[in-house]
Amino acid sequence: MDFALVVVVEIARAIAWLVLLSAGLAIIFGMMRVINIAHGEFLMLGGYTVIMATKAGFNLWLAILVFAPLVVGIFGIVVERVIIRFLYGRLLDSLLATWGLSLLMAGGVTMLFGNTVEGVSTPLGGLTIGQYQIAIYNLVLILFAVLLLVSIWSVLKFTNAGLIARSVMQNPNMAQALGVNATLVYMATFGIGAAITGLAGGLIAPVTGVVPSMGVNLIGQAFITVITGGASVVAGTLSAATTLGSISQAITFAAGPVYGDAALLLVALILLRILPQGITGRIFTRSI
Amino acid sequence: MPKLSRRDFLRTAAAAGAASALPLPFAAHAADDAILVGGLHDLSGPIDFAGIPMNQIMQLAVEEINASGGVLGREVKAVVYDPQSNMSMYSQYATQMALKDKVAVVQGGITSASRETIRPIFHRFKTLYFYNTLYEGGVCDRNEVSLGTTPAQTVEKLVPYVMNLWGKKVYTVAADYNYGQITAAWVKRFVEENGGEVVETEFFPLDVTQFGSTISKIQAAAPDILMSVLVGTGHLGFYRQWAAAGMKDKIPMASTTFGAAGAEPIIMTPEEANGIVTCYGYYPTIDSTANKDWLALVKDRYPEDTPILSELSECTWEGMMIWADAVNEAGTLDREPVLEVIESGKTYDMPAGKVSIDPKTHHAIRDVYIADLQDRVFEIKEKFEQVQPADTQGVCNLEETPDANVHHEISL
Repeated sequence: MDFALVVVVEIARAIAWLVLLSAGLAIIFGMMRVINIAHGEFLMLGGYTVIMATKAGFNLWLAILVFAPLVVGIFGIVVERVIIRFLYGRLLDSLLATWGLSLLMAGGVTMLFGNTVEGVSTPLGGLTIGQYQIAIYNLVLILFAVLLLVSIWSVLKFTNAGLIARSVMQNPNMAQALGVNATLVYMATFGIGAAITGLAGGLIAPVTGVVPSMGVNLIGQAFITVITGGASVVAGTLSAATTLGSISQAITFAAGPVYGDAALLLVALILLRILPQGITGRIFTRSI
Repeated sequence: MPKLSRRDFLRTAAAAGAASALPLPFAAHAADDAILVGGLHDLSGPIDFAGIPMNQIMQLAVEEINASGGVLGREVKAVVYDPQSNMSMYSQYATQMALKDKVAVVQGGITSASRETIRPIFHRFKTLYFYNTLYEGGVCDRNEVSLGTTPAQTVEKLVPYVMNLWGKKVYTVAADYNYGQITAAWVKRFVEENGGEVVETEFFPLDVTQFGSTISKIQAAAPDILMSVLVGTGHLGFYRQWAAAGMKDKIPMASTTFGAAGAEPIIMTPEEANGIVTCYGYYPTIDSTANKDWLALVKDRYPEDTPILSELSECTWEGMMIWADAVNEAGTLDREPVLEVIESGKTYDMPAGKVSIDPKTHHAIRDVYIADLQDRVFEIKEKFEQVQPADTQGVCNLEETPDANVHHEISL
């Protein structure tokens, strides 16, 4: 019974993990069709922001919830102005440019802070469930994944800004003809995608090793989730993260992490064979 | 103008070259009379935290050798390239060192993948090669000297030590590639030889960053000892998540990899890493005059950016010193006489303790230490003198097969 509860929490945590890793990318890639290969480095930058801010004496939660999204969001806006805005609609060029950006970011952070910086240990301690102990922070990750999806959904669904953003992504020319400043909307959307990625990077910093090369360990899972999810930001991320996270985590429990990893790839492969446009390309097509 | 064929041209050029080379007095070469030695370490990329200190120590060794009169009375000069953890660059630079720079010896290679990329190149071009990293054992190549420890030297000591301390039930978590697989197999063998039991061995691909399910499984298995053979940046999350679940003070941990190159004790906080027991061939805390003098020398040369010292960088120092000693004794740079000195069974006093080269395997017979990490400092608990590389000795005998050129996958 205790074990079943632990498994459920772990599966929820695995889903939350994929949601956090891919929500920002879902906006940048899913909505804006910009392949951001530097996504992993955006996460890394969020992690480094948290480490540097806590080292400077700031509160950990302030660093995670305010500084990380702020720093990466501003960085994202700069990147959009300097690089990305010339590459809208040029999928392969944006791939190459952001790959260069990812190398630059990993190299730059190494030069500035070095390869070995003391991380932050996980706050909040452990929680006892019967004979098991889990990190309370896992529940924080789950909570923030839920909050993040709810906020993105509410903004896109109920606010004017969300409506405008969706209209620009769907048809920039028509939106512009109706008086929307598409350039501004693109910039803001990219910045928000980056800020969400920064927040995710900050949230995972206390449970991973934060090093300049950490992006490569994360970007694969993020892209697989977004591509499997399809075009809808919230429904796509949620459905893909739930499918992939629960299956791979269940297999990990049953047979070990090697098979868990393999299962995640296999499920993604099968889903994309059946639903080449992603889950939300066929099912939940009208959702956000 | 008569047409000059390629062959004619080459013949003329060669003759001209030979003629112009002859009358030059030797002194004209004095400026580039230096003996070149190659350094091939990852100076950028994900494992530069290991490569940069190795390179710093190699440079320091070169300076020290020159300060004490050089090698064969000539100055030694380091040729350094950065292969950036890229295997094609490793092979390119190795070839360049052997053929263009014609270095007398090469120190380097960090991962087993990089070693197996460059080792056959140096073997083929007869360029003496020192590999200075702890690894899974099994290289059989007379052209290579391997100074780092192998599992039979460290795991054999670590396992009974922690079993005495903590109990007989062991749970192993290991990286899913050759080092992890082979080392986990050694852990199992030594646990069983000491009357214990490995309840489970779990392997993790190198990009795994989430360990929640494993941590619950370990709790369910309730072992006395957790043995970590985890490797790389992704796996750092394990230690953090293990501590976060409140397990650090419930099940003690030993590791064959934690802090091997010195990075983990810096990245992990003391609350996460205190109490992890390891076994390596060198720790900066070794209490000997040789080591203290060496630490002072390193600190003096690098007052800022002091390299993180570990078995990897200390063995690089040994590599340079053993080579210089062998060349001076042989009185020549020629590989064959130098190898004969190396194989003569000399004992060298090094910061790590006494080191000699086993002529049958070209691996180091060396002292190994067990240490407990407390607040970023490895406190040495026990010392074992002159431990043999028994794993490699089981598969390799260079006296019988001097032309061997293989890396045996030691299977148990």
